[in-house]
Amino acid sequence: MTSLFVIIVLGLLAIAIWQLTKMFDLTQVGDVDNSQIANDGDNNTQGYLMFGFLAFIYIFSIFGLFKWGPLVLHTPASKHGAEVDNLMNVTWILIFTVQAITQVLLHFFAFKYRGKKDQKALFFSDSTKLEVIWSGIPAVVLAILILFGLYAWTNIMFVDKNEDTIVIEVYAQQFKWTARYSGADNVLGKANVRLIEGVNTLGVDLSDPNAQDDIVVSELHIPKGKKIHFKFRSQDVLHSAYFPYFRAQMNCVPGMVTEFAFEPVYTSAEYRALPYMVEKVANINSIRAKKSIELVANGETALDPYTFDFLLLCNKICGASHYNMQMKVIVDTPEDYKKWLNDKPTLVQEVKTANAPKPLEGGTGVDSTKAKDSSAIAKMAMK
Amino acid sequence: MSAEGLDHAQDHEHEHHHKDTFITKYIFSIDHKMIAKQYLLTGIFMGIIGVVISLLFRLQLAWPEQSFKIFSIILGDSYAPNGVMLNDRYLALVTIHGTIMVFFVLTAALSGTFSNLLIPLQLGARDMASGFLNMISYWLFFLSSVIMISSLFIESGPASAGWTIYPPLSALPQAIPGSGAGMTLWLVSMAIFIAASLMGSLNYIVTVINLRTKGMSLTRMPLTIWAFFVTAIIGVISFPVLLSAALLLIFDRSFGTSFFLSDIYIAGEVLHYQGGSPVLFEHLFWFLGHPEVYIILLPALGITSEVIATNSRKPIFGYRAMIMSILAIAFLSTIVWGHHMFISGMNPFLGSVFTFTTLLIAIPSAVKAFNYITTLWKGNLQLNPAMLFSIGLVSTFITGGLTGIILGDSTLDINVHDTYFVVAHFHLVMGISALYGMFAGIYHWFPKMFGRMLNKNLGYVHFWVTAVCAYGVFFPMHFIGLAGLPRRYYTNTNFPLFDDLQNVNVLITVFALIGGAFQLVFLYNFFSSIFYGKRTVQNPWRSNTLEWTTPVEHIHGNWPGEIPEVHRWPYDYSNPAHDEDFVPQNVPMKEGEEVLHH
Repeated sequence: MTSLFVIIVLGLLAIAIWQLTKMFDLTQVGDVDNSQIANDGDNNTQGYLMFGFLAFIYIFSIFGLFKWGPLVLHTPASKHGAEVDNLMNVTWILIFTVQAITQVLLHFFAFKYRGKKDQKALFFSDSTKLEVIWSGIPAVVLAILILFGLYAWTNIMFVDKNEDTIVIEVYAQQFKWTARYSGADNVLGKANVRLIEGVNTLGVDLSDPNAQDDIVVSELHIPKGKKIHFKFRSQDVLHSAYFPYFRAQMNCVPGMVTEFAFEPVYTSAEYRALPYMVEKVANINSIRAKKSIELVANGETALDPYTFDFLLLCNKICGASHYNMQMKVIVDTPEDYKKWLNDKPTLVQEVKTANAPKPLEGGTGVDSTKAKDSSAIAKMAMK
Repeated sequence: MSAEGLDHAQDHEHEHHHKDTFITKYIFSIDHKMIAKQYLLTGIFMGIIGVVISLLFRLQLAWPEQSFKIFSIILGDSYAPNGVMLNDRYLALVTIHGTIMVFFVLTAALSGTFSNLLIPLQLGARDMASGFLNMISYWLFFLSSVIMISSLFIESGPASAGWTIYPPLSALPQAIPGSGAGMTLWLVSMAIFIAASLMGSLNYIVTVINLRTKGMSLTRMPLTIWAFFVTAIIGVISFPVLLSAALLLIFDRSFGTSFFLSDIYIAGEVLHYQGGSPVLFEHLFWFLGHPEVYIILLPALGITSEVIATNSRKPIFGYRAMIMSILAIAFLSTIVWGHHMFISGMNPFLGSVFTFTTLLIAIPSAVKAFNYITTLWKGNLQLNPAMLFSIGLVSTFITGGLTGIILGDSTLDINVHDTYFVVAHFHLVMGISALYGMFAGIYHWFPKMFGRMLNKNLGYVHFWVTAVCAYGVFFPMHFIGLAGLPRRYYTNTNFPLFDDLQNVNVLITVFALIGGAFQLVFLYNFFSSIFYGKRTVQNPWRSNTLEWTTPVEHIHGNWPGEIPEVHRWPYDYSNPAHDEDFVPQNVPMKEGEEVLHH
């Protein structure tokens, strides 16, 4: 289908070039006349083209809906996502209705009332009634949308203090994500970038009692059916934590803690098994298989087949490797989640083990890690 | 000095103004018509650069990390060693594309050209209130353009933090190379640009208030002038805020202050900044940034109003409602900036407020769209190229505006924020629309500027290919945005999840290349018609407004004799009391003729 469109466009191109050559014949230099002002013939042609353009908009839109509609995110993986999608669908119905009607009127009028010599337009300068109608209707419709929107927004954005949630910190830096779990007390220890040292890459205040059971990991696991209260920090520039499948996004701002909470309603395995996702992954894999054939022919390695995983993406321009700042998000059953988390050492333990073998070289140890960090960043920036 | 007094002074000046040298006529001119042309030519030059840049990064998006000879030729090794675009330079190109198109083309060139040309001519003034200030304004704009372009050539690359230059990315050279000297030049260029813009705006405001000819009451002004006037007011209110943000950012970058920076650990060391907030910058930026959208859009809508009325041979429908909606949009535009920041970390309560004000602004916008459509109804449409671009503007304004209902709604914005959906939305509603407005203006007033006509058939080809390609580029873009694809990604190849979007990206690039190539038709038409176009008659479009009562050959002071007096509104098209289907504003009311409009 894409190639069909390319052909149509090429056809238009050909017509345009033909017109161009015709134009050169008509071009004369110098004298005053009205040849460059639209005459009845032009009005006629252009009027029909306007009508044709209306057809183009309609066909292109319908084609797009069928061809690209399936690419669009659906089946939200979070509880509040359903609310967002409902509002979105209602809004889409409104948008398509208005779009369909106004584009018809605009282009049809341009066709229908194309000018003719000796014809006079209707002198119709204003009508209070009409103005009231078409400021009133949008006002009412928008008022309803605003009300629903605000209701949903308040539900999503304000986390009730008494609500039973799991607090997890998502920490952003150029160009990776790290997660910190608050542990048994469900309270994150204080942290500041000035405390970053060695394995304590998040600058957690190790003297804070709340920090004693904090766990730092590079993979984000969350349990299904439990509200997760995310707190976001950034150590360098603005980032944005974007979880498209959960309809969740929040900027990570250096010097500030931001938050967002959502409750996953599918485990990763369950979501993978959804019919639409099976189909999507199959399609992606067929695309990758085709690409692999090309790659292998060029002596490169083939692409791995793809399995779906939820992702956390960076969605605020953050530097050269912005396009590769991602983290896998795994939604487990509550049991699996517990098991996974219990295996992880706390940050305090990690710091101890890191310092234990060479207690005397603590200072230099820190420096070498830093150097490694910065060279890694430099390497990515070079890429 | 009273308006009449100024008039006399200008008449006097006019009599003694015969010794024009090349320099005073074409370079340091204080004549508003020449300055308008200077703005237009500079704008076209900047526009070419902006569009070419966009085509280059579209190639990278469609065929990521491929080697293109054209990259080596145009960009060279510092951007694309062996013809493969570098990832940080991709961001640099995106940044410069946005900056050039938003500020240099659609703000300065659009307003600068048509406000300068039309405010004195349509109001019946000999020139701008201050010709000298006008000249300074242009030359500062020119200087800022030169600085912005020169930043493309420095070793560490131009500004790369996106056109919104959010700190800390824009403040720290450690974060991205473009935030070194490139960002400094960006800030200097923009500071000068803002000064130029403010001088221009003040001049427009003063001219509209003081220099209207006799009988030209505010409610007899053409909608073009209303649009330019209100645009200038918004500019004067909001641009200084961006200037202050730019200055504070310069302080943070160069003098170690912490207005926007706090608690930063980068490249292995803790920086000293403490207590600032990037969110503050976002507030300051968008306090300009959102009105900026209307600074771009309103002049285009003003031009469209004039072109649609003239070519429909009908009064613009709801003249007063149009003025009211321009004023409403102007007012609301200054209190909606937070809709760019729903998920910036600001208090969610503010999100509610900004959702409310943002969706309110849809009402006057809807009124304008409906009024344009009604103006076409039962008209006698003269489908000149300018008219086609105006109709095209209404079409893209509606298509792009409608998706604004989604982005303006904080709940829905969560998931489409900063995706390609946003890119599609704003390109249609303000990019393409304003560009169409600018083209409409050029096709319509070219005879006034250069005394010759543009070739209409080339104009038709230009419009139709552009119209198809504009939808071809931006309509599919909505879908990849709704699929969750973030904007400003150098490539999507690191996300197998997005592999099924690659075909769409190729299609978009193909449309962009065709659309871009066909702008050459316009350029050819424009430059060849300046010298070889058909000579124009005095009032080719049979229009009512005063600019067409001036002689075709430009003279200082615009009218050889007295300035015409205005007796009616500008939209007496097909007035049943007259035989002709247009009645210029300077035609006195017939005996017993009634005013037929409100």
